[in-house]
Amino acid sequence: MPPRNDDAAMERDGAAAGDHGAAPGSDPHAEAKAKPGTEAGSGVVTVTTCEDGPLLVRGAFELVTQDGESIPAGRATVALCRCGLSSVKPFCDGSHKAAGFKAASEPDLPG
Amino acid sequence: MRLPAPRGPLTSLLFERLVHPPEAYPYRANGRAGQGRFTDHQHPRAPHGHLSERRPAADGRSAHAYAHLIGGHGAEGWPSPLHVGDGGLGDDDFQLALFACYELHYQGFQDVDDRWEWHPWLLAARAVLEERFEEALGRAVARPSLDGPKGVRRALNELTADDAGPSVSTFLARHADRGQFREFVVHRSIYHLKEADPHTWAIPRLRGAAKAALVEIQADEYGGGRPERMHSELFRATMRGLGLDDSYGAYLGQVPGITLAVSNAMSLFGLHRRLRGALAGHLAALEMTSSLPNRRYATGLRRLGGDDDAARFYDEHVQADAVHEQIAAHDLCANLAAGEPALAQDILYGAACALELERLWAGHVLDRWERGVTSLVEAPAAKVPAREGCDAASKR
Ligand code: FES
Ligand SMILES: [Fe+2]
Ligand SMILES: [Fe+2]
Repeated sequence: MPPRNDDAAMERDGAAAGDHGAAPGSDPHAEAKAKPGTEAGSGVVTVTTCEDGPLLVRGAFELVTQDGESIPAGRATVALCRCGLSSVKPFCDGSHKAAGFKAASEPDLPG
Repeated sequence: MRLPAPRGPLTSLLFERLVHPPEAYPYRANGRAGQGRFTDHQHPRAPHGHLSERRPAADGRSAHAYAHLIGGHGAEGWPSPLHVGDGGLGDDDFQLALFACYELHYQGFQDVDDRWEWHPWLLAARAVLEERFEEALGRAVARPSLDGPKGVRRALNELTADDAGPSVSTFLARHADRGQFREFVVHRSIYHLKEADPHTWAIPRLRGAAKAALVEIQADEYGGGRPERMHSELFRATMRGLGLDDSYGAYLGQVPGITLAVSNAMSLFGLHRRLRGALAGHLAALEMTSSLPNRRYATGLRRLGGDDDAARFYDEHVQADAVHEQIAAHDLCANLAAGEPALAQDILYGAACALELERLWAGHVLDRWERGVTSLVEAPAAKVPAREGCDAASKR
């Protein structure tokens, strides 16, 4: 079992990330934001598909190599490259923009 | 930090007043004393122990100054708006005066009484400067067009992609010498040593998802609970690695007006609730134009012999701002525009201001370097107390 890449602060943040987007339902500013699986206390890790950009990962996640080596995340929320062009994989370094990477936030439909 | 040397008539007058305790003013409404207001008995003491000799309302001059202020005629002893000039974005004297007014809301100055922060004279003077500054920004920055609040995200992408300006980061990566890299870091220290602070002013002014997004970004800027990871702390390591003085404000006296204007815009947007949209857009523009230049800064610093500790600030920003830009553009700005459509235009304007100030700053720096001269303020005038050079200062 590899050591968790996050430390106490990360775990705290991870717990807090569970509250992410949870806001008073009566607040019109907040309604658009509440995402599935992010309700307070759900403990679910969320992966957000950013339009033309990376995957944002929030929650009590752990990044590991195929050999089980820990990959330090360095922060509570990370952006994982999905354009393939980053120089700091698996993280995004913004290279997707210069390359004109295109991907909708919504999933591609089969066929 | 202490007040730097004045750079002209505005800062001479302002600093001359700031080094004295503020004159008392009648801090009562409708003649009713108490009620949480300072009375003669409760007159606040200065933190350093000096107490203004004058009592509120007992002083004809201060009463006159107050009447003058609330009459809307500006502060007594302050040059009329005409004399303030046009608030030029590169005007050293003007920008330093405004910067000093704002700094009272951040860490303040050791040689300035903390009561000045909310003193009506100071606030009236600042208002005159801010009006000129807003006008100057209005002249320099066109309001980007926008079709509806839903277009904010796309418009931000287009604004930040259209980066045709001179590239300091490319120059630093490939050509700069160590002295030039140090100058670059001196300029940036004005903001990076208080990194994230100006945008934090927006937190209590937002609600719901936009607020949560801003807090998520700021938490990361402030190290996620670990002080040694605060971006301002990482920057101090960069400064030390280059033999620079890493104490807060050490180089305030050496940066030109345009560098101060970069910070002043953030403070202007941050300290006025009506400009919260511009502040959000300003942050998005910073985050959306950060990852790739920071990679080049790191490359340049390593090329010049910088070690990992010195480069960590830049390495960190490559990854951090790839996250922050998504949150800032979508979760902060798009949500804010959806919740408060009236702010949509301001969001873009704030972003455009950030980009234009950066372009002007880059133009100044590269122009100076091309001519083989320093991009910092030339050796100050003789009456200014001798300041140590960059190298000497590092020995403190
Ligand atoms: S998704 Fe950002 S660099 Fe690949
Ligand atoms: Fe940062
Ligand atoms: Fe950032």
